[in-house]
Amino acid sequence: MCLGIPGVVVEVKELTAIVDFGGVKREVDKLLVPDVKPGDYVIVHAGAIISKLSREEAEKTIEAWKEVLEALKV
Amino acid sequence: MRVNSGNLHEGLRKIIRMFRESELLREAVKKIHKLAPLALRKIDGDKIKIMHVCGTHEHTITYYGLRSLMPENLELIAGPGCPVCIAPTKVIDESIELALNYEVTLLTYGDMYKVPGTSMSLAEARSLGGDIRIVYGFLDALRIAKRNPKRTHVFLAVGFETTQPTVASHIVLGTVPSNLKILVAYRLTVPAVHYVLNQPDIPLNGIIAPGHVTAITGAKAWKFLPEEYELPAVVAGFEPLDVILAVLEILRQIVEGKPRIFNEYSRVDSWEGNIIAQKYVKEAFDVVDAHWRGIGVLPKSGLELKDSYRNFDVHSEYDVKVPKSIDLPPGCRCGDVTLGKAVPTDCPFFMKTCTPNTPYGPCMVSSEGTCAVWAKFGGGGKIKELAKILGLKP
Repeated sequence: MCLGIPGVVVEVKELTAIVDFGGVKREVDKLLVPDVKPGDYVIVHAGAIISKLSREEAEKTIEAWKEVLEALKV
Repeated sequence: MRVNSGNLHEGLRKIIRMFRESELLREAVKKIHKLAPLALRKIDGDKIKIMHVCGTHEHTITYYGLRSLMPENLELIAGPGCPVCIAPTKVIDESIELALNYEVTLLTYGDMYKVPGTSMSLAEARSLGGDIRIVYGFLDALRIAKRNPKRTHVFLAVGFETTQPTVASHIVLGTVPSNLKILVAYRLTVPAVHYVLNQPDIPLNGIIAPGHVTAITGAKAWKFLPEEYELPAVVAGFEPLDVILAVLEILRQIVEGKPRIFNEYSRVDSWEGNIIAQKYVKEAFDVVDAHWRGIGVLPKSGLELKDSYRNFDVHSEYDVKVPKSIDLPPGCRCGDVTLGKAVPTDCPFFMKTCTPNTPYGPCMVSSEGTCAVWAKFGGGGKIKELAKILGLKP
């Protein structure tokens, strides 16, 4: 139930948003993240957007770990 | 405004692929094997025990066979991470009673549908004529109730921090119709982790914190782990690389002797969390002592509707009476499995009388139940043996 599914916001309505999950579109609740815009990556949980998903942060995480792994002398 | 999602899908797939990337994963696993002996020396024990507290982490670990990549003396333990598994029997019994003997439509998440109650599951109650429907989320429940204004609907509200605000927001904003009542059985993960850490027989060396619960609570919710228990804690995502990096970071902290919180899942989670969601939950609910199926009553571990919103509570409308509920069926080890004291293969019923098609205990039902995950994807050493045969051991 805590399964969060990543998707792309394609349309925004007043209280809801249409999110595309790799081809399957669903209307989901956006009350918890009201400022989502079309094009945003989001995590949807039990029919509601609970968070945005940042591509920049994902890239930063990967780059940071590459450096750590290189520097980690064991 | 609409956008074309074609290119965006590719972007999303790229993000997911980044955290399944084999080169980085292989490199991280090598470092884990190098750091593990150093960490062992530091803790002066014979095994490093790392617990995660999320059913989806157990899914990632078992589905991708990550335990087979770990050193012999490093154990990944599944902790309390399945809200369906610990939802009290009484709540299921009350739901069945409502569906069978009252003029109501019961709305439930699919995960709860086959969980055994004292005498039957909701699925069995439906076959006896109970008006029970599966919904994906509270939005569906609102739609169904609004479409049938003359009929009372009851939403079975189970879940951890991720699900709670989806209901709280609508209650606070006044968008819940008067013919939709709520049977609240929400539980909080932080008190459960406290409980596990105070058990004498499960000494732990690190915690992998749940990435999606943390989207709501913020990483700050886990600061008690290094502060009170001196435990390394890593908030992690749900791709294989996320979990591997979390293990590596925990080992690094053990070796350095500096436990702290590390947010590996910064692409989704922040330190403060979803403040809007937190406000809604605080406004709608009070924190109360609550029963966890197979475990007992944990202090300040559940939610109930505040007095000002009590009119949404199903108990304000119906005086539902059920005979004394049976917590777990005799011999079922779901409670121990939930606390990380046992693994599914320790249970005499696992894959014998208890299977995903005919679950005997609650841990065998939800896709987040450790028993169900092991049953579907093969936990308990088989993967390890297979990995050895295939020469996949790093």
